[in-house]
Amino acid sequence: MMTIIQSAGDFSPLIWFGLKTAQVLGFVIVLALLVAALVLADRKIWAAVQMRKGPNVVGAFGLLQTIADALKFFFKEIIIPDGSDKFLFIIAPVITLVMAFVAWAVIPVAPGWVISDINIGVLYVLAISSLGVYGIIIGGWASNSKYPFMGALRSAAQMISYEVSIGFIILTVIFVTGTMNLTEIVDAQKGGFWNWHMFYLNVMDNPWNILLFPILFYMGILFFISALAESNRPPFDLPEAESELVAGYQVEYSSTPFLMYFFGEYVNIMLLCGMMTILFLGGWHAPVDLGFQFLPPVFWFFIKCAFLFWMFAMVKAIVPRYRYDQLMRLGWKVFLPTSLFAVFAVATWVTFLGDKVA
Amino acid sequence: MLTVIAFYLLAGVAVLAAFMVVASRNPVHSVMFLITAFFSAAGLFVLMGAEFLALLLVMVYVGAVAVLFLFVVMMLDVDFVEMKQGFLQYLPIGAVVALVLFVEMVLVGAAYFAGSDDRQPVIDSEKSNLEQIGEVLYTDYAFFFEAAGLVLLVAMIGAIVLTHRTREGVRKQDAMKQMARTRDEAVELVDVAPGEGIGA
Repeated sequence: MMTIIQSAGDFSPLIWFGLKTAQVLGFVIVLALLVAALVLADRKIWAAVQMRKGPNVVGAFGLLQTIADALKFFFKEIIIPDGSDKFLFIIAPVITLVMAFVAWAVIPVAPGWVISDINIGVLYVLAISSLGVYGIIIGGWASNSKYPFMGALRSAAQMISYEVSIGFIILTVIFVTGTMNLTEIVDAQKGGFWNWHMFYLNVMDNPWNILLFPILFYMGILFFISALAESNRPPFDLPEAESELVAGYQVEYSSTPFLMYFFGEYVNIMLLCGMMTILFLGGWHAPVDLGFQFLPPVFWFFIKCAFLFWMFAMVKAIVPRYRYDQLMRLGWKVFLPTSLFAVFAVATWVTFLGDKVA
Repeated sequence: MLTVIAFYLLAGVAVLAAFMVVASRNPVHSVMFLITAFFSAAGLFVLMGAEFLALLLVMVYVGAVAVLFLFVVMMLDVDFVEMKQGFLQYLPIGAVVALVLFVEMVLVGAAYFAGSDDRQPVIDSEKSNLEQIGEVLYTDYAFFFEAAGLVLLVAMIGAIVLTHRTREGVRKQDAMKQMARTRDEAVELVDVAPGEGIGA
């Protein structure tokens, strides 16, 4: 796919531009459809855990429920509070949505299926995801209301705290692979699940890999938990904790702006699932390399992301919400020291025992 | 052609946003304009081919520093009328600072353009600028790099020491203690006779 676009680009820049635009649109449309499916899946899983049926009226098995909900939001009236900062109030959900989509520009879902294959893709994703917090902070402040403001403050502290440990966790993976290019990170894990960073057990190539396995496995779990906190999902949904803050930063939002927040949140969750798949679960590579492929690579990427989302949904259904001081303690006193130590340990390993000594 | 348009667009937005940081009445808006200025600067870095620096700028300044600015500024109880009153009072100091900065920039620019070829940056187009920065930073300037790290550490510890105080009579949550609690310690089952309270 990449090569087709590239060769067309040699032919004419205008055709290249057109194809690139089509690719971006393709990504956006697929992501939007997936959000509709994910919201339904989320509700279905949640319902199943609580022995309910979940949405089952609109369409077969409730398949059209999300679309019906979205239409409802579109047709409602947008209410802008009188004392709010009107421009920022409207722009905040737009920021959330745009940042959620923009980060997908560097995510490779299959060989060559990526909008922009840049050398510092990991850094790009980190930079963009650190901007996502603005949507929430600005929205909470611009509402000029107490609960949204509390939600915004919580969210700012929470996302900054967990971004630090996410950065360190990603650093361990970068050390092992020696690259910041997401495609190369995925390709470093090809050949079977024992090459995935989550289960780094390939002792045939390098017997010392066994020392790295517990560290990277632990980092994988830490990444998952940090991803929960980063996407404001339960049990870390303190910015919108309904039992304490009504709906946190979203209290004053209605209609389409609310839908934008909602949408952006799910696109963000998909992004974090995709990042976890790429960094720890081997991206589009099959668990066992049979030498031939009877399923397309994108299928494996999708199935891994779907599994991770299932985990997200199960956590939401099962785990009770953290208290705020517990959340901060976990981020700063548990995750940060352990991930910092892991960076140190992995760097030492790469220097003295790794086979890819830089 | 496209690069030139992009440059002037980004540079124009950066200058305008930087002006609005000072001119804006509302401090939160000021921070938002500051973010816009950072972003435009990052765009300029990308145009120069320094995409690593650009992303670093976005990550550190926009993603962390400006968030904390916003965090603090949002919590201020601002009286907008009062803020405007001090404007003339601070104008001379501001003008002096601006003048000094302007002269410095002119000097740097003049020195750069008048300088000889030995000040040319080492550019190896084979490597990404991430690798190039890493090589320079951890070999030639390793000492300065670590010294900078030490300075930052001292600043961090200083900030903690200055703000940390132990107060009397504050009930703190001790997570380890809470987790170590068993049901037997926390719950007592009492058979309460009808019509009588536990305390009776």
